[in-house]
Amino acid sequence: MAAAGTQILVKRYLSQSFYQTYEIRFQEDITVLDALNCIKAEQDPTLTYRWSCRMGICGSCAAVVNGKPVLMCQTYLGNLKQPVKIEPLRNFPVIKDLVVEIDDAFEKMRSVNPYMEHMKKKALEEGEYEQTPAQLEKLKQTSQCIKCMLCYSACPVYGFDKNFIGPAAGALAYRYNADNRDESKKERLDTVIGEKGVWNCSFVGECSNACPKRVDPALALQRLKLMGSLRLVTSLQ
Amino acid sequence: MEIIESDILIVGGGGAGLRAAIAAAEKNPKLKIAIVSKVYPVRSHTVSAEGGIAGVLPNETSANDGDSLEQHAFDTIRGSDFLADQDAVEFFVKEAPREIIQMEHWGCPWSREENGKVAVRAFGGMSVKRTVFAADKTGFYMLHTLFERTLKYANIRRFDEWFVLKLLRDDARVTGLIAMDLRRGIIAAFKAKAVLLATGGAGKIYSFTTNANIKTGDGMALAYEIGVPLKDMEFVQFHPTGLPRTGILITEGARGEGGYLLNKNGERFMKNYLPTKMELGPRDIISRAIMSEIKAGRGFEGPHGAYVHLDIRHLGEKLIDEKLPLVREVAKDFEGVDPVHEPIPVRPVAHYFMGGVATNLRAETSLSGLFAAGETACVTINGANRLGSNSLAECLVFGRVAGEMVAEYAENNSVAINLSKDEIAQEEARIKKFLSHEGSERVAVLRESMQKTMEEHAGIEREKSSIQAGLEKIIELRKRAENIGLVDHSPIFNTEFVSALELKNMLLVAEAVLRSALNREESRGSHMRSDFPNRDDERFLKHLTLRQAQGDTSMVTTEHPVTITKWQPQERKY
Repeated sequence: MAAAGTQILVKRYLSQSFYQTYEIRFQEDITVLDALNCIKAEQDPTLTYRWSCRMGICGSCAAVVNGKPVLMCQTYLGNLKQPVKIEPLRNFPVIKDLVVEIDDAFEKMRSVNPYMEHMKKKALEEGEYEQTPAQLEKLKQTSQCIKCMLCYSACPVYGFDKNFIGPAAGALAYRYNADNRDESKKERLDTVIGEKGVWNCSFVGECSNACPKRVDPALALQRLKLMGSLRLVTSLQ
Repeated sequence: MEIIESDILIVGGGGAGLRAAIAAAEKNPKLKIAIVSKVYPVRSHTVSAEGGIAGVLPNETSANDGDSLEQHAFDTIRGSDFLADQDAVEFFVKEAPREIIQMEHWGCPWSREENGKVAVRAFGGMSVKRTVFAADKTGFYMLHTLFERTLKYANIRRFDEWFVLKLLRDDARVTGLIAMDLRRGIIAAFKAKAVLLATGGAGKIYSFTTNANIKTGDGMALAYEIGVPLKDMEFVQFHPTGLPRTGILITEGARGEGGYLLNKNGERFMKNYLPTKMELGPRDIISRAIMSEIKAGRGFEGPHGAYVHLDIRHLGEKLIDEKLPLVREVAKDFEGVDPVHEPIPVRPVAHYFMGGVATNLRAETSLSGLFAAGETACVTINGANRLGSNSLAECLVFGRVAGEMVAEYAENNSVAINLSKDEIAQEEARIKKFLSHEGSERVAVLRESMQKTMEEHAGIEREKSSIQAGLEKIIELRKRAENIGLVDHSPIFNTEFVSALELKNMLLVAEAVLRSALNREESRGSHMRSDFPNRDDERFLKHLTLRQAQGDTSMVTTEHPVTITKWQPQERKY
């Protein structure tokens, strides 16, 4: 495999922001994350970014690469237009270089009560709640969210209004409301149909395009709108 | 310096840490529980666990009839090459089913049979199907279910992206810790009645590993440095099937569902090593078989080393997408191979630490108030070789026990804790000095050298002179690490600083692995000595522990008997 050379532009933020250019030679099969690890080890130990599993499941290495929010560990340098430009996720405050503060998105997730409630609790000795493969299928797509927050970076509504609960929190609410075993659906729905909730979603679908796990939060938000409408109608009767 | 008070401190937010936090919160809603983690909990390495979680579900709920706790215990003990403590194993297999059902009650989406019951799959070294799974993302689903559950409890407070620098103790017991808030770049002391270490293993001491970047043995080093012994450190598991370029794990579930291992002649070579089990043997035996095939010239040569094939094509696209979606995803994304159409190149890869912080059945260490659980700990249920799908169950069983125990300890110990102001000031000064230190050694250089050393001298096959040479190199690296100079002097999110401290933790663990490997002059489970090819129960049916010598930094070895309850050690036959 032939090595090629390229320039990598990283948007850095130390006390102020600036773009720094690094030159590297690389093999076709290296990822953007591999490239940053190389730069950090060999050229510039101050370059700062998060990473961990390097297999697309922990959600640490989110960044905007050539304008698109991606996980750097599964984005190959050879497939990108060069020079490659790497920037921090949008819509979050930057702490240092590519590291952003995402606590707000985690708090949005907390706000939808993402845990199962049962009206009549089974004792552990009574075994599991039943769920057929068909019932499991209903929550499968939204349950794949790894909380990488790429969708918040892509979401124009969240960019404009930080009160909007946003795509991943919506998908998480849907995941529990789509679960046949859960019995707190009404309460959870109330958390997402208020003024900060799903109605603000303009369904541009950027979140779903950005999702590395094909969760389709935009679809989840539309379904929550439908569930919310039904709840409003039934509560008026 | 800021002093943060809580009743319980949990270091680490993976499977064991979060399970413990929930157990403590449920036991007593008045306790102040703090989780201190160097990453957001959902980034913890539990997320990468794939194949499943073992436990004998009661017959009326499980698809599997005819299994028993006794059988799960014996499989585990035989898998451990008779080094597991049998009282721990008996307790573990009894508690595992409850934990699996508990996870289900909390919403974990276990894969199901058509009738709605929890499904099970076959796993290596398990004599019947008893591994519960959520497709092949079992750890991911467990971790996120646990994390989401913690959001329910008002008395659990998280300190995400705080790096623990040091544990604190007085003469009698643990009193807290000192940690750095990576985002704000400040150091704070945490005061608590009880501390639980749940920081996972240390796979990153090797260069070729399934482990995530964060697996640097922090909890093991923290415990050791405060005088608590490490146990069974020579036993490092090499998983048979890692992708050759990256070391990314391909789950044992792929073989559990019926996958084949093939050499370059297209032979299912396991028939020559373990004909009764074939691809479903325990990991130590299969990894050695693959290495033998490669040595004999029957492997494939590739740009990232020799490998064999894992073939799941005959399982068909439907089953693969339903039960092994992550295998397909990672093989395509990280090896450029679609397993529906091509065999997957694989080779053995450093995966798991059977050893760790010595604990008893109640997750207690030798220091009062200090507990450990999960891969950080060594109870020991895994002995010389862990069976696949026992580790997730271990995280839950002993995470829950640890959570209840720290809660109880905190309730019963209300003595006023005084942190030593001098000690805190000293630590703060040490860190400030280190941040501005202009030493000549670089973190990346030393780390690479350590990883290369461990690959070469502490791999699947070991031998006295090689271990000794490795040990000398690691001791030299530990000296050089004292002269690390940072290029990044900023206190804010300084990942070079964190890497330097992680490297020091890893070097300590690496030395422990080599020392114990040198002392164990026999072959047992994952520890294969070419100069002592047989198991030697007379001399080595015992655990080796290492602790820091009084007054200097040398490692002292002591020996502890293996607890035998029902199963007398016998030849490990399958």
